[in-house]
Amino acid sequence: MANVHPKVDAVIVGLGWCGSLMAEELTRAGLTVVAIERGPWVETAVDFPPSVDMDELRWDTRRAMLLPPAIETITFRNDPTQKALPARDWHFNEWGYNVGGSGTHWAGMAWRFLPFDFQPYSMTVERYGAAQFVDGLIVQDWGVTYDDLEPFYDRFEKIAGVSGKAGNLKGEKIPGGNIFEGARSDEYPLPPLKTTRLTDLFCEASASLGYHPFMVPAGQTSAAYTNPLGVRMGPCTYCGYCMYYGCGNWSKSTPNNCVVPVLMQRKNFSVLTESTVLRANLAPDGKTATGVTYVDKDNKTWEQPADIVVFSAFQMQNVRLMLLSKIGKPYDHATGEGVVGRAYSFQTVSGANIFFENEYLNQFIGAGALSAQIDDFNGDNFDHTGMDFIGGAGILVVSRGARPIGNADFLPPGTPRWGSEWKKAYTHSFQNGTFIFGQGTSFAHKDAYLDLDPEYKDIHGLPLLRLTYDYNENDRRSAKLIEDKSVEIGKKMGAKLVVATNATNQHASPYQLASDHTNGGAVMGLDPKTSALNRFQQSWDVHNVFVLGASSFPNNAGYNPTGTVGALTLWTAKAIIETYLDKRGPLVAN
Amino acid sequence: MNRRQILASMAALAGNASTAQAAELSGEMPWEPGQAKVPPLPDPGPDRLVFFTLAEAEAVGAMADRIIPADDLSVGGKEAGCVRFIDRELAGPYGRAATQYRLGRFVKGTPEQGIQSPLAPADRYRLGLAALDRHCRAAHGKGYAALPPAEQDKVLSAMEAGTLDLGVVDAKEMFEQILQNVREGFLADPLYGGNKDLVSWRMLGFPGAQYDFRDVIDLKGKKLDFVPVSMIDKTL
Ligand SMILES: Cc1cc2nc3c(=O)[nH]c(=O)nc-3n(C[C@H](O)[C@H](O)[C@H](O)COP(=O)(O)OP(=O)(O)OC[C@H]3O[C@@H](n4cnc5c(N)ncnc54)[C@H](O)[C@@H]3O)c2cc1C
Ligand code: SF4
Repeated sequence: MANVHPKVDAVIVGLGWCGSLMAEELTRAGLTVVAIERGPWVETAVDFPPSVDMDELRWDTRRAMLLPPAIETITFRNDPTQKALPARDWHFNEWGYNVGGSGTHWAGMAWRFLPFDFQPYSMTVERYGAAQFVDGLIVQDWGVTYDDLEPFYDRFEKIAGVSGKAGNLKGEKIPGGNIFEGARSDEYPLPPLKTTRLTDLFCEASASLGYHPFMVPAGQTSAAYTNPLGVRMGPCTYCGYCMYYGCGNWSKSTPNNCVVPVLMQRKNFSVLTESTVLRANLAPDGKTATGVTYVDKDNKTWEQPADIVVFSAFQMQNVRLMLLSKIGKPYDHATGEGVVGRAYSFQTVSGANIFFENEYLNQFIGAGALSAQIDDFNGDNFDHTGMDFIGGAGILVVSRGARPIGNADFLPPGTPRWGSEWKKAYTHSFQNGTFIFGQGTSFAHKDAYLDLDPEYKDIHGLPLLRLTYDYNENDRRSAKLIEDKSVEIGKKMGAKLVVATNATNQHASPYQLASDHTNGGAVMGLDPKTSALNRFQQSWDVHNVFVLGASSFPNNAGYNPTGTVGALTLWTAKAIIETYLDKRGPLVAN
Repeated sequence: MNRRQILASMAALAGNASTAQAAELSGEMPWEPGQAKVPPLPDPGPDRLVFFTLAEAEAVGAMADRIIPADDLSVGGKEAGCVRFIDRELAGPYGRAATQYRLGRFVKGTPEQGIQSPLAPADRYRLGLAALDRHCRAAHGKGYAALPPAEQDKVLSAMEAGTLDLGVVDAKEMFEQILQNVREGFLADPLYGGNKDLVSWRMLGFPGAQYDFRDVIDLKGKKLDFVPVSMIDKTL
């Protein structure tokens, strides 16, 4: 028999960006909220002060802050005829495992998606016709538009303290910002970060080619800042121990720095740490959830009853929790029916490795999101007529902080990986070698999906999530264009050696580390036959279950996801507070 | 392993912050003054082996000296402390693959599915070094450490290419493991027993454990002559 806690208004599963933003909204509206978080409490002064933070082996190589695959991993295969096997070692699922989630160790690129990214189906059909879609591609509109989300992007950027420059302020294009972005109601709360030798070289070269470079909006504070919740942040010191690390300066935009301190002051909020939710429990009629079942760190099972259940456990775990809780109809690859596990997308990555002759790039100086980008070949910012694919990529260079162990294989092709020649080549590459990164759109395909593995289990004896995935023809075509553009820019930058890279030339693998951005599987939309959630991220089937995260994305944009994940969370919070609390039923008729 | 055992072995993992603050947190930031969680330092003195036998240490030292040879850029891998570093790593949670998924059947898969081996790093070294020793004695009449450097390089190259048969241990997997760990010993903070006198950071021009570059970030494209700093300077 499970032990039962007193009932609360809302239980939140996972306290990363989504969970903490939702908790902030709901507690401010007066609801009693319990968050249940699998990982431990972490604290800047205790866990990542400057005396322990600058440790590449611990935080980056050994991934000390992430969820170990020993506790939960996925199984993987490229196509449905193969047997899926567990990803046993560190791989692209770099899941957060602490209060703050992946938001504690992320790089902080804080994007808005393009208007196209939310309406890829209707905009493509309108501009090119449906013949533009390759066979089997799943393309559908999200049910929210950029304009719907704009106020929520603005709020997220202000809470997070994002440093950047507007490129489209209320319709006015501003050089130096991203002129391709959707219209913004306001500037970024902080000016852009400083530039580096690398970002300067990139901006000069791409501008001289006629493109429109800008500094990437960054979740690192370019100056001291107080956010709208009243939390203070210190200026970033460009230490470069940023992605995979905590921040010892209260300078990185993390849930821990920006939201959690406020939550902890509220009497109607509490968090249960080191506790893993196994499933939501459904009422006998299956139309509502009664709460969740979780296991604490002493292996004791509990029930937490609640009127509202929020899954904010990250994309993969959200899908898995839906399947384990039997919420929504699972996707059946054979028939194409069902929605949970359907429409999985990833990120299409190609670009170029570039090696200069005699530079001092000093790449150890940087910040997670200190980057320069062009969006001329992203989304539908260029004419795809005659191109037989949709989408594209943001093309960028990153000054995120280069470390000695992590870069040891970053060498011109054909260089020995050991011996005196390696030492010489690596010493040269450490200052002269870097890469141009095409972070591309990714569209779902009928053959790429998530379900429960028939064989492999987690430490609780529950089935692992199984990912069936390979790149599709649309990915390969868009990646090729981006590869070519990256080579062009690399040459213009004056690199002595430019080597094209393209993840889609191989089969996909969890060990490719092309990107951490996994999306979809419980997508939002306008039709319950092709989406698990309605446009408010509410389950079509179980109306008091809301699912937050990139699991809602029907497709991935040529960006990192978290700005959009944050904006969608705030959009859903408003719908819950303003409508659902009175209505207690589906917010969209099905 | 069951859940309890896995969590117990996880708790011993360096950096897996967790212990004091479990249960329900509410009403205030649970902040503990003076409680920085420094990585646990292995206690044996500098030259006492905790995992390797002497013979194993000799073989690994010889490999470290081929992977990082002494030359005008730096001292060799052995002198830099790579053996001590690897020895300590293998004796700890890393050696027993505490973070890896080890449940269920081990089935050989496609290259995309990654290593599906029941061997933890410590097993791979123990069995692999024994197999390598047998191979070297059969082929050359002496152990790896006693071979001339050119022969040692040939053996390493054959492992790297996967053309050497080491029986239970996949030679290429073993090579990648050793290469990675020797590099780690050479390149990680000296806190972990390698990178003696910050030798690799001097070679690369890497500043090490420095946390504030606001004073130099505008010196773009310039050679910055940092004196590298180790975390030891701050934590010990
Ligand atoms: C190395 C790295 C770099 C990144 N860089 C960027 C970037 O530059 N820009 C960007 O936009 N995005 C980036 N991302 C992605 C970004 O981190 C995520 O999109 C974001 O943090 C997701 O927030 P979330 O709240 O959905 O999930 P998470 O932050 O993952 O939070 C989910 C929480 O739920 C908990 N949880 C999971 N399952 C359970 C369960 N069953 N019971 C209880 N708790 C559970 C987890 O422990 C976790 O704390 C990066 C990711 C990684 C790994
Ligand atoms: S680069 Fe800036 S934000 Fe990132 S960890 Fe260092 S000080 Fe913090």
